[in-house]
Amino acid sequence: MASTIEQQAKGGNKAEVRYLTPLDIETKEIKKYCRFKKKGIKYIDYKDADFLLYLVNEQGKILPRRLTGTSLKYQRKVAQAIKRARHLALMPYVADMLK
Amino acid sequence: MNHYETVFILNPVLSDDQIKEAVKKFEDYLLSKGAEMIWKEDWGLKKLAYAIDKKKSGFYHLFEYKVSGEIVAPFELEFRRDDSILRYLTVRLDKHAAAWADVRRERVKSKKAK
Repeated sequence: MASTIEQQAKGGNKAEVRYLTPLDIETKEIKKYCRFKKKGIKYIDYKDADFLLYLVNEQGKILPRRLTGTSLKYQRKVAQAIKRARHLALMPYVADMLK
Repeated sequence: MNHYETVFILNPVLSDDQIKEAVKKFEDYLLSKGAEMIWKEDWGLKKLAYAIDKKKSGFYHLFEYKVSGEIVAPFELEFRRDDSILRYLTVRLDKHAAAWADVRRERVKSKKAK
């Protein structure tokens, strides 16, 4: 049975495999990276609450590494900095609609 | 001698003179114990992220100093004894933190100059 792409596109011959060649869809995922390593930031300042806001979700919870891409070494420092900021009431412990 | 940094929050109901007096008291305490004051910063009245003792704002002050480790505990005890202090936090600065503190200080200075 001779079936061309045109025929398939018209909707004829539905039983046939529609795509003989893989579709040209970009499936390459964007590689995550550690923003602190990349920019050479060695110390995460707990006083800078505006920056720490990037590392929490809108409830004020610390975002996991799998979302931010932060390396373990810096994730520990991030967590420490956020907890210090919370103690000084620069960031909330619990919040709603933070962003 | 270690490098330390202390942030403390003063009660918002105090008057300007009382605040100056309290800050001076803590500064004098450090100096009397042989501390080397590096930087003082007044962040002014800031809104707290959550209420502390039913207060929603406070006067933030930052001290950066060098002092030997034994002094820190009695210094924090002074904070605890003082009713006008809502919160305090003392952090020892490692070399990366000290480097950042230098950068930050210069930024604040240049901002003030403008």
